[in-house]
Amino acid sequence: MRVLLFGRLGDLAGWRERPFDPPPATLAELKRRIAAEDATLGEALDGPGVQAAVDRALVRGEATLAGAAEVAFLPPMSGG
Amino acid sequence: MIRLAAEPFEPGAELARFCAGRTETGAVASFVGIARAEGGQATALELQAYPGFTEIEIGRMADAATQRFCLADVLIVHRHGAIAPGEPIVMVACASAHRREAFQACDYLMDYLKSRAPFWKKELGPDGARWVEPTARDLEDIARWD
Repeated sequence: MRVLLFGRLGDLAGWRERPFDPPPATLAELKRRIAAEDATLGEALDGPGVQAAVDRALVRGEATLAGAAEVAFLPPMSGG
Repeated sequence: MIRLAAEPFEPGAELARFCAGRTETGAVASFVGIARAEGGQATALELQAYPGFTEIEIGRMADAATQRFCLADVLIVHRHGAIAPGEPIVMVACASAHRREAFQACDYLMDYLKSRAPFWKKELGPDGARWVEPTARDLEDIARWD
């Protein structure tokens, strides 16, 4: 499974994309694994306005990651 | 039509193409957003997109605008990558039977693009780089449409 970080999250982590194998079963487990390696990033993922997308669909709250190929963490968006 | 552009685009040419052949449309309104220099504080913008997701989310906004304002057609061109001050960042054009809906749809789409479109904007300047997030004003603007 691939994890993508956008915007300030990528700068904070020092990476924008990396594989997670074996894949976590849930979004909460993925966040726990990330937080165990990098507490600052783990805290930022739960920060205000940060959303998650599983296989390019936004999810609210908890999500199962069975069969998921890609999880992205999206800080507040701003286009235009 | 939704298009992400990695290179500079020409709004005039885009608008001419969008207007061509519309014998029954009646009204096309457009808006162009241009990167500001902020008095020298912004030397460049770096706009990050999520290819494959950004287009889908913008497409949803265009569909919502089409329904809400009875549009005949929508064009959204949005830059990503490195953008210099003075370059167009975004262009929205809305075609409808009458002008009021076309104007309103441009306004609506720009409010949505400002705070809901999946882009992340880094402003580079003499004092370093900063990530730009929606302002209180942007959030007030989008709340007008609820």
